[in-house]
Amino acid sequence: MHIFTVTIRMLILLIAVSALSFILIAKAPIDPLTAYIGTESTLSQEAKDEIAAHWGLNDSLPQRYFKWAGNVLRLDLGESITYKRPVAEVIGERFSHSVILMLLAWALSGILGFLLGMKSGSLQGRLPDRAIKTFCLLLQSTPVFWIGLLVLSLFAVKLGWFPIGMEAPIGKLAADVTAGDRIYHLILPVFTLTIVGMGKITLYTRRKYIETAGSDFVLFARARGETSRQMFTRHIMRNIALPAVTVQFASFSELFGGMALAETVFSYPGIGTATTAAALNGDVPLLLGTALIGALFVFAGNLTANILYGVFDPRLKEGGDYI
Amino acid sequence: MATIYNVGKKNHAHEKTGAGIAKCARANTGARLPAHARLMPATNSRRGLLIVICACLAYLLTVFFCGMFMNPELYAVNYGNKFIAPEWGHPFGTDFMGRDMFFRCVKGMSNSLAIGLAAAAISSVIGLALGISSAVIGGKFDKFILWCVDCCMGLPHLVLLILISFMLGRGEFGVLCGIALTHWPELTRVVRAEVVQLRTSQFILASYKMGMSKFQVAKAHVIPHVLPVYFVGLVLLFPHAIMHEAAITFLGFGLSADMPAIGVILSEAMAHLATGKWWLALFPGLMLMLAVVLFEAIGGGLNKLLSPASGHE
Repeated sequence: MHIFTVTIRMLILLIAVSALSFILIAKAPIDPLTAYIGTESTLSQEAKDEIAAHWGLNDSLPQRYFKWAGNVLRLDLGESITYKRPVAEVIGERFSHSVILMLLAWALSGILGFLLGMKSGSLQGRLPDRAIKTFCLLLQSTPVFWIGLLVLSLFAVKLGWFPIGMEAPIGKLAADVTAGDRIYHLILPVFTLTIVGMGKITLYTRRKYIETAGSDFVLFARARGETSRQMFTRHIMRNIALPAVTVQFASFSELFGGMALAETVFSYPGIGTATTAAALNGDVPLLLGTALIGALFVFAGNLTANILYGVFDPRLKEGGDYI
Repeated sequence: MATIYNVGKKNHAHEKTGAGIAKCARANTGARLPAHARLMPATNSRRGLLIVICACLAYLLTVFFCGMFMNPELYAVNYGNKFIAPEWGHPFGTDFMGRDMFFRCVKGMSNSLAIGLAAAAISSVIGLALGISSAVIGGKFDKFILWCVDCCMGLPHLVLLILISFMLGRGEFGVLCGIALTHWPELTRVVRAEVVQLRTSQFILASYKMGMSKFQVAKAHVIPHVLPVYFVGLVLLFPHAIMHEAAITFLGFGLSADMPAIGVILSEAMAHLATGKWWLALFPGLMLMLAVVLFEAIGGGLNKLLSPASGHE
């Protein structure tokens, strides 16, 4: 029941968000017609009017939105001006690149951040803890793209261990690119995103650890004579792991933004570079498509986080109103 | 968070006992307090916090005004000095047009600060107004505001920024609006949560009984009560605003390329990194990071100063 209501509520939200992005883009001072045919076209005014009428540019905003939404449901996102290909195709290809990048960074930062946070929390106040805490606080106040630039100039330029960018070696035929090549090119962007994503989850786990370790039930467990190991697996782990996972799912929005910046730094052909290219070139269909993908991505993350809350928090499972 | 009925009074009372509590804390240190409290006794006292805050503020203001009134000659183009690595004359080196990076960074940071401050201020006022009205009016309106908050958070923040800046035709104005219009949701939530706690407290209920309208209660009781939370929220908003400004400028949507800004400098640096000009990226980023860290220190310090409950932790 909880899952059902949450899903419905979030679906309505998704529709609203898509409408919001549609309005924002439709109100832009960019004429889609000029953007499509170019400023130096020799088309007559009648031909232009005909295209505008064919595209429905003279319709009212709601009409246009519903037309677009209907097409989206049929997976027709229009034609990208920048890449001269259907938007769905461009997004599909680019997203497959970005998804590997994001999933790897997401999983790695989650696991490493969790372990680091645990370690840091268990050593609370000692030197390693203070070092980890300071490091994470610094990470949180550092822009992603700057870390990317530093990583790039250290590992790719100074040391020359990794390629400078792209997703495959330049000058190699697409058919010849091996999985090894791809992984080799993925390492630096994934490393950057992992480091950036780690700060939040580490600090969260650390705080939760300290909170739980100082709680009465842990004190009672100690009084019962449980060993540190038992206490850790029975009480502390269980209390931290699940909220940490949900926090990690709820960070999809930041992950997406970080990915867009990291992709720009490493000129990685993913969804982030497509978004910036679309917005810089006035490519309305592609921009709408990528905004929709972004919204869907955040939607998926938030939905999972919400459902996990419900599944793992018995108070919510019983349908109580505790929030 | 503990409910505070009269912030001014409590703060005053605390001021007097502050030294005593600090002494107690120190006396207790060995027995109960975590070790980090032992290591940094100075930052636990209110005076220490105040000094830290003032020092941070002094640095930020210096950068801001130095950049404001800087002679553009200092970072003028000089092709004779292309790509000088950091040295005494040019502590941050020079770029591909021979501009001195130190002065350019200070000017850029000052520009970034100005935009960040303006946008954060607008955003925080929106957050304050919506948060208070949402909690005070309640009912459908409250639900609607919360829904709007969720709606704004439904798109990745950066994508929303790009869309708004796209709608407003990029440039300085677009960035300012983008940042101002995307940072209110979190503050709205915080303020609302604070006011919801307050809503059922005795003195608010008594005011209603005495015939005050919702607007009067909001003005006389709620706003003064949430002001400390608001100020801390505002200060903690600055770093976000500045970082997002830099990010969106870096992607090419924000400030125009001829205006020195950290985002512009870093995106220019990207082109020269491959040839080993590391200093073009390192120092501007460090400067940005320093500003963000200092803002966070100020926010954290203010939070401790303004809420007596955490003052002697």
